[in-house]
Formats: sequence, C-alpha cells, structure tokens
Amino acid sequence: MILLVMIITPFVAAIILAFIGDRRFAPEANIFGSCLTFTASVALAMEVYKYGPILAAEKFFFVDAFSVYLAVLTSFVSMTTAVFSRRYMQREREHGRVGPARMRFYHAMFQMFIFAMLLCLLSNNIGVLWIAMELATLSTVLLVSLYRTPNAIEAAWKYFILCGVGIAQALFGTVLLYFAAEKVIGEGGEALLWTNLIEVSGMLEPTILSLAFVFLVVGYGTKVGLVPLHNWLPDAHSEGPTPISAVLSGLLLNIALYALVRCKVLVDGSTHTHYAGNIMMGFGIVSILVASFSILRQKDIKRMFSYSSIEHMGIATFAFGLGGPIATFGGLLHMLMHSLAKSSIFFTVGHACQMHRTQEIARIKGLFKGDPFVGWTLILGAMAIAGLPPFGIFTSEFLILTATIKDVPLLAPFILIGLAVAFAGLLRKVQYMVSGDVPSYCKPLEAARAPVILHMALVLVLAFYMPDFLNKWFQTAVELLK
Amino acid sequence: MNLQVLAQINSFLAALVLLTAFAMLSQRKINSLVILFAWQGLFLSINTAVTGFVAAKHHLYISSLLTLSLKVILLPYILHVLVVRLKIRKEMETIMNIPATMLIGIALVIFSYHLTAPVREMSTLITRSTLAVALATVMIGLLMMITRKHAVTQIIGFLAMENGLFFAATSATYGMPLVVELGVALDVLIAAFIFGIFFFQISTTFDSLSVEQMESLREDN
Amino acid sequence: MNPLHLIFTEILQVLIVLTVAPAFTGWVDMLKCWTQGRASAGVMQPYRNIAKLFVKDVVLAQNASWIFRFTPYFVFSTAVVAASVIPVISMNLFLAPSADIIVLIALFATARFFTALAGMDIGTAFGGMGSSREMMIASLAEPAILMSIFTVSLAGRSTSLLHIVQTFSGGVLVFRPSIVFAAIAFVLVVIAEAGRIPVDNPATHLELTMVHEAMILEYSGRHLALMEWGAMLRFFLFVTLGIACFLPWGIAATDNVVEIAAAVFLMLIKLAVIGGVVVLIETGLAKMRLFRLTEFLGAAFLMATLGVIAFFILE
Repeated sequence: MILLVMIITPFVAAIILAFIGDRRFAPEANIFGSCLTFTASVALAMEVYKYGPILAAEKFFFVDAFSVYLAVLTSFVSMTTAVFSRRYMQREREHGRVGPARMRFYHAMFQMFIFAMLLCLLSNNIGVLWIAMELATLSTVLLVSLYRTPNAIEAAWKYFILCGVGIAQALFGTVLLYFAAEKVIGEGGEALLWTNLIEVSGMLEPTILSLAFVFLVVGYGTKVGLVPLHNWLPDAHSEGPTPISAVLSGLLLNIALYALVRCKVLVDGSTHTHYAGNIMMGFGIVSILVASFSILRQKDIKRMFSYSSIEHMGIATFAFGLGGPIATFGGLLHMLMHSLAKSSIFFTVGHACQMHRTQEIARIKGLFKGDPFVGWTLILGAMAIAGLPPFGIFTSEFLILTATIKDVPLLAPFILIGLAVAFAGLLRKVQYMVSGDVPSYCKPLEAARAPVILHMALVLVLAFYMPDFLNKWFQTAVELLK
Repeated sequence: MNLQVLAQINSFLAALVLLTAFAMLSQRKINSLVILFAWQGLFLSINTAVTGFVAAKHHLYISSLLTLSLKVILLPYILHVLVVRLKIRKEMETIMNIPATMLIGIALVIFSYHLTAPVREMSTLITRSTLAVALATVMIGLLMMITRKHAVTQIIGFLAMENGLFFAATSATYGMPLVVELGVALDVLIAAFIFGIFFFQISTTFDSLSVEQMESLREDN
Repeated sequence: MNPLHLIFTEILQVLIVLTVAPAFTGWVDMLKCWTQGRASAGVMQPYRNIAKLFVKDVVLAQNASWIFRFTPYFVFSTAVVAASVIPVISMNLFLAPSADIIVLIALFATARFFTALAGMDIGTAFGGMGSSREMMIASLAEPAILMSIFTVSLAGRSTSLLHIVQTFSGGVLVFRPSIVFAAIAFVLVVIAEAGRIPVDNPATHLELTMVHEAMILEYSGRHLALMEWGAMLRFFLFVTLGIACFLPWGIAATDNVVEIAAAVFLMLIKLAVIGGVVVLIETGLAKMRLFRLTEFLGAAFLMATLGVIAFFILE
C-alpha cells in the first residue's frame, strides 16, 4: 500500500505539474510531491526493516534492503533537489533562459524522472526494469536541452543516441536472460521475475548468462558512465539545468549501477566464477584512471564534476566487482555518500554559476569574498568528494581500498593513483575559484542553503557515526549481494 | 500447411529482414530509407505472426499487430512527415564508401552467428536459427548509426536496432512477456516523439540536420 | 542407357543452342522495341546480321597478330563447348557428367580474357579502353558469380552442374533464402557478364560508354560474325545456366523423345519470360556511370555472400 503511494505520487505529480507547472506555486507543489514520496519511502523502509523483503501487486513489485535503501536515497535527494530548484529555476526564469511552457515541462519531467527511477528500483521484473531505465533516459533528454543552446542540443542528442544504443544492448542481454530462465522456470512473465530468477540462478545455463552479461554490462554500463562508454555523460551533465545535473549525477548513475549489480548477482549464481566481477573490476579501474586524468583538463566546472562522477562510479563498480563483504559494504556506502556529496556540490556549483553567469572555471573567482557560504560549501564539498577525512567518502574509499589490498593487491596502486590525481585536480581548480577578488560581473544572490547544509551534514555525520539500523541494513544488503 | 514449409517461410522472412537491413545500409536517399524501414517492419510483423501460428503462442499475434501499427504505419508516417516538413531532399553522404560498409556488415553477420552459437545449441525452438539474423540486424543498425552523419539516418538506424531486438526476442524465446513488449513499444513511441522534437530543435538551431556540426563538446577544445 | 542416344541428344542440344541463341537476342530486342514504341526488325534480325557478316570480306589491320585472328574462333568454340555441357534440354547428355560449374565459369572467363587481349592487339585507343573496362567489370563480377555458384553448390552438395540439376529438379518449390539470394546475385552478375544495361549497352557505339563493342570495333567479316554470335551465345548460355541452377523444373530426365520435346517447349517458354524480365530491367534503368559499377557489382557480391551466409545460418 505504502509502496503504491510511493510509486504513484511522482506519476500523479508529473501529470498535475504538466498543467500547472508554470504557476507561482508550482515549485512548492513540486516540493510537496517529493516530500510525500520521501515520507512514503521512509515508511516503506521501516516496514522492510521490520518485516523483511516485501512482494506486492501480484509479484510485480519487490523491495528488499538493497532496493529500499536506494529508494530512500532517491526520494531524499529528489526532495532536496526540488527545494533547491525552486529558487534556481525562478532565477533562470528571471534571466529569461526558460519560459512558462518550459517550466511546465521541467516540473512534469522532473517528477516523471523520479517515477522512472523508483519504478526501476521497485520492479520485480527485469524487463520492466529495462523499460523504466529507458523511460528515465527519455524523460531527462529534453531537460538537458532545456536551454536550447547549440551546446545543450548537442549534449542532449548525444545523450539520447548513445544511451539509446547502450540500453538497446541491455535489452538484448535481457532477452538472453529470459531465454535461459525460460528453460528452468517455464514460459510467461514468471521467468523474468527477480524473485524467481534468484531462486533458480544456480540452474541457469552459464554460457548463456556469460554472454548475456556482456550485453548487460555494455548496456547498463553506458548509463553508469563507465569508460569507454561514458562519452555522453560529461556533456549531458554539464549542459542541462543544474538541478538536473544534480539528480543525473547523484541518482541516475546509482540506479544504472543497481541494475548492473542485480544482473551480476544472477550471473554469479549461475557461473560460480568471478567472471562478471572481473569484467566490472576492469571497467571500474579504467573509469577511475581515465576520469581522474580528464578532471585535470577541464575548463568547465560542471564538466569537471561530471568526470568526478565517472570516477566515483568507477570506484563503486570496482567495489561490487571485487565482491566480498567489506568491498560490497564499501560500495553501498560509496553510492550513498557520493550521491549526497555530488548533488550538494552541484547545488553550490549552480549558485556559483548563476552568480557569475558562466560555467567557465577561469571566470569564476572570489567565492569566499563574494558569498562565503557558497565558497565554503564548495571547498568542503570538493574535499568530501576528493575523499578527504573526515567526510564519509573517505570511509567508503578506505573500506574499498582495504578490501583491494587484501584480495587483489596489484590493483590497489592504480586506484590510489586515480584518487590522488582526482584529488589534486579537483582541489587545485576549486581553490582557484574560491580565492581572489570578486569579479565585476559577479552579482550576489540568495542561495538555497537548506539542501546543501543537510547533505553536507549527512556526509559528515555518517563518517563518524553510523546508526545501528543503517549498519544492519547494509549488512542485509551485503548478504543479498553475496 | 505443414510446419516444415512454415518454418521455411519464417527463415525466408528473416532473410528478407536481413536484406532490408543491408539495403538500408547502402541507401543514400532518406525517403527510400524510410520506405525500407517500413518494409523491414512489415517482414518482421509477418514473421512474428507466422511464429505465433507455428508455436501456437497467441500473444505473438498482439506483438505482430503492435509491430504493424507502430513500425510499419505510425513511425514511417511520422518520419515521412518530418522529412517533408523539414525539407530534407539531398542525398546523404556516408563516412565510409558503401562497399566497405557492406563488407563490415557481412563480417558483423558472421560475428553474430558465432556469438549466438551457444543459444542455438541449447534452443529447441524452430526459430532458433533466426536469432543470428536478429543480432546481425541490431549490429547493422548500430553500424548505420556510426557511418551516417545525419540526425534522421541515425534515428532510422536506432529504430532498425530496435527492430532487431524485437526480432531477437521473438526468435530466441517466442517473444518476451506481453507486459514487457508493451512497455518497450511505449518507450519506442515516446522516443519517436522526442526525436521529432529534436529534429525541429536541431534544424532551427543548426540550420540543417547534419550532426557533423555538433562537435563543439569535445575534450580537445 | 544407350550411348548413341546420349550422343544424339548432345548434338541436338548443341544445334538447338546455336540456332536459338540469336533468336533469343532477337526476341529481347523486339520486346525492347515494343516497349519503347518503336517498330522492330523482328526476331530474325540477328540471323540476317550474322549471315550478312559471313559473306563479307575480312579486313585485318596490318599489325594484327595471331591472337586477333584466333580469338573469334576461340570465343565461338568455348561457347560451343559450354553449350554441349550445360543441361539445357536434357540431363542425359554425353558430356554432361563433365559439367563442373566452376570449370564452366572459368571457360567463360578464358573467352573473355582472349576478347580483351584481342581488343588491345591492334593498339587502337578504343580497343584498349574497352579491354581495360571489361577487365574491371570482370574483376568485380567473377567473385560475385563464384559466390553465387558456391551457394548453389552448397545447396546441391556438389559442383557438378548435372548433380545440382538432379537435386533441384527432384525437389518441391521451397522458400530457401540462400537460393533466392544466390539467384538475385546471379541475375545482377549476368547483366554485367552479358553486357546488358545498366552495365553496358550492346546497341551503342558511343565512345564514352561502350565496353564490349569497343573491344570488337576492329573486327569485320566472318570474324565479327563469330564474335557477335559468340556474344549472343554467351548471353544465352548464362541464361540457361541460370535456368539450370535456379529453375530446372521440367528438364528431361530420360531420353524419351516426347519428354525432350516437352523440355524444349518448356525451355522456350522460360526463355521468353526471362527475355521479358531482361527488357523490363533494361527499359526501367538508365545505364550506370562506369564508377557506379563497383556499387552495382558490390551489391551482387553482397547478395551472393548473404546467400552463403543464409545457407549456414538459416538452413
């Protein structure tokens, strides 16, 4: 019941906002819808925490510790993003970058995007998971091109085409999975249900699943932004409106990784080898290295942080590929920390860009003097995302590195190099932006502080104090992914 | 009619799907591409219906009708209207010369054949041999997207890929569960509207639909 | 079976091929005239041409070597040999067991090679140009026709034409994708091999476009007659080869006279229909630019390869 409320709320909100999205109270309606979703997700999480996994609506929906944790995260970040986007989009409207029609579109598609992501997480059917993933792409494509500048259109087109192609491969993988499952479970919709698949995973034909996993990893890996399938990501994340960058970086990548991890569990169950894990580790390492070196060359601030997203997704993919309790725990924590930290960074970056009316790093200066709040949160955010203690990302990276040194010590230096390069690149550029005098073209504006503070506080607090329930929750998820 | 003949008709239709894929690869005119795409959809739709008959799977009739209405009538119509509205007349230049593209296409077919070998060995369906053709159609669609620098041809390549995927589902497993098929069709429909909007955005912003001019977002600038 | 009968059928077939070939060309020309709204010279016109050329004197260039004089006889005799081995009206031919399909293609290729040599022999510009073009077409067409032949041989499980015909004529009409692809490829290649539109125009002497005509420009008298007749035979034989490979139904399996007569009759009908198809292609298409031929023959090659692939994948 709560589950239905949770999934239907964003859908209904999308439809309502499609009509009233340009009114004065539309942002509040957007926030209200997101809050409702978040409340429902917390309630659902508590139910899962108390009673274990839930199957609902004739096995159509399935929630376990892994998916509900991401669902809570998704609805939480989308709620704070909705809060952030209220001021941000208002300002963009004042600047004349968007009109009423596009505001309606923006609000409706924002909710639609949340709906698609939640459907991904809650669906029990891996076919529906695919459909929802495609829907998530489609709902954000036109948001990326919202400003209709040549660059925005180019970015959106790339996003549309590359993700479309990638996700098509995942569908082929799903077909193969269904083919293998059908042999064991029998025909019909039952053979695509996750709950059925996981029970019989040991009986699925390993050769078919290995083949399927190649397609799945290419497909969902494109959406995760794994190198070399990442070409669309920096463009799409940098050219769209900042709230969209925040949810794309903070949430969509997680969802795609979620799908990949689910598939990996199935393949592992069937092959009993480390085949799928090795593929994921390979992609992870390459992503970490390529992305961290790309950070050094960026001139656009949002692009730089998109590369940082690729790097962190690489770390998480590597962690899940490595497997084992510590690495998986680290991976789960890393997904959580990254999405909180990265969305908060995008919020502050959005403020900085709006003040300076540019995304060029060279033209953003003097944030400490211009707006101390933005300056400090930006530098703290960059420190957090670069993996400095005392922030939570340090904890998760530390866990992952420990596991790496224990299991595959040869790979640890590569990760360390990646982390060090990313650290240097990020802090050097951010430091440049926060210091110095305020340039003349910089106009101060009132920042939406609550979301940023909330995110940063969470990242900080979770590093020191992991509540018992969260710990237990992660442990359950780790058990599921073994 | 006996099953032997029906199975042969099915492989013949599969061959025609492959042939249209190759024809699309070699076609320079957008209008002809749209027509070829419609033909491919038609062969696919008939193939699905025949498979449904052979295997006595009635939900395949629905899939077949869905393909017919979506990929033979609606999408080609939308594309046609867009092509007329946006006044796309001239022949498209390809990046590679066409015979070379064709040879790559043939290599892709052989590659798909080998890739699908384990499935073929395990499967007991009559349609199992067409899976290689389906994967080849996907790959050729991909190749078409890579070798063309025009928004509309890229989209047609994308849709051809989608055709191949649908075909793969039909030939490997007698179709995915209906809810998935419907969802996929819905996604394709939404995608169709989105690329329609895109064509207008691109052509008004860039004055033409060639994607070659969309190269400002690169790492080396 | 009585060897005498076999020899008799053999001679009968060669005679039929030799006499019917010009009529086939005449038939195609006549249909073409009709479709284009012109008055035609009738089916018999090629015979009149050949007869006329035979009574004329031969004019030889001073520097003509033996190749130039030898080629017409060679071309004609290869055609006669081909005519004696392809099962046109009956499978029971004296020489039919020797009809390996690859040898047959090689035979045609040799004739073409000598024609090209003869074209260059005199040293005129047109001859050399025609020869080089012919060789370009050959280099593209031969792989395609061989691929197409491979498909047929795979399906017939032999490269012996006789064996293939026996296998196919016994079967029922079926949808075999490989055979369909091979047939399409074969049609495209035959258009090129026989020098028809859109590859070459047999009716033109326009220097920019002619290929075959350019090579035989220096011939006259009985040499020209043999070359022309050889070309007609070549066209005819390719068509009958195609019929043998792809539409062999109705061919005589015994040496029963009635059956052979029926086979001849059926063959004439098939030829008439194919002539109509050729005319449709020729009137429907414009002659291609020479450099587009790579695409045309590339398509033929593609079709043939798809045929081979389809054989393995789908059958």
